[in-house]
Amino acid sequence: MSTKLTAVQRQGLRTDLPDFLPGDTLRVQVRVREGDKERLQAFEGVCIGRRGAGISETFTVRKVSSGIGVERIFPLHSPGIAGITVVRRGRVRRAKLYYLRKLSGKAARIPERRER
Amino acid sequence: MNGIIGRKLGMTRVYADDGRVLPVTVIEAGPCPVVHVKADRRAVQLGFDTQKAKNASRGELGHAKRAGLDAAPRVLRDFPLPADAETTPSEGDVVTVEIFAPGDRVKVTGTTKGRGFQGVVKRYGFSGGPASHGSTRYRKPGSIGPGTDPSRVLKGKKLPGHYGAARHTEIGLTVVRVDAEENLLFVKGAVPGPTKGIVVIRKQGTRSRYA
Repeated sequence: MSTKLTAVQRQGLRTDLPDFLPGDTLRVQVRVREGDKERLQAFEGVCIGRRGAGISETFTVRKVSSGIGVERIFPLHSPGIAGITVVRRGRVRRAKLYYLRKLSGKAARIPERRER
Repeated sequence: MNGIIGRKLGMTRVYADDGRVLPVTVIEAGPCPVVHVKADRRAVQLGFDTQKAKNASRGELGHAKRAGLDAAPRVLRDFPLPADAETTPSEGDVVTVEIFAPGDRVKVTGTTKGRGFQGVVKRYGFSGGPASHGSTRYRKPGSIGPGTDPSRVLKGKKLPGHYGAARHTEIGLTVVRVDAEENLLFVKGAVPGPTKGIVVIRKQGTRSRYA
């Protein structure tokens, strides 16, 4: 790839976001625009996968809201994300946690990951 | 000036201020010296990139010298001037990406990727035949015309053949960002040709193909 193009892509990368892995519980602060006002809305759930690389990387957050599973896909480097906090680290053995979609309640729990 | 010559660098995405993702093609465009102004002042010839003196023909070298350039441009393209153009560029002027601003509508001309000898499904978007139930007519065109009368296939019938590597103009694209320092132009959407392909970007009115 041309170096000029790589430079362009690198420019847009955000460095202010924490490291996180699939299985971690995240709180994503989303910028919501209502008319000309802007406010933050939190979306908290389990990261069930990351895909893509560089400026195109996205991650999926799943939560169960009043009994209904909700998944949101966020572009990692989007300016629409005000911030991400890692609420809890989870220990999982997959890169993509799509199996969580079929589980509910106790079975959908993820054990906490302890740093060694 | 209403156009510029560039080289396609490839596609990526940029984020709009409101967080929307825009797919963009990054084009390295210009700076393009004005090499020649046609005698009737109806068109301007721009140059792009340079080539080594040993690779340029004597004609190209002389042409570049007359325009006051150190090296012969690799690419030369003519740009018709609108009849109501107030100012005619003169030889020695340099056209840069600054002739464009974010939000401008442009059309981009290039040579599409060569696809070789292709069937009618890829070349013309025919549906082909059924995939199963004993069918063997997977990607065939079907009947190509009537029988005894006229006893020939009508001219212009869509049949397999060479596809791609042809001039194409994609119209109604929007300029998203202009980087004057790096001579980069960000155009929303896809642009004909391979990475490193030469393209010509021209301004257009507000109309696009789709609206």
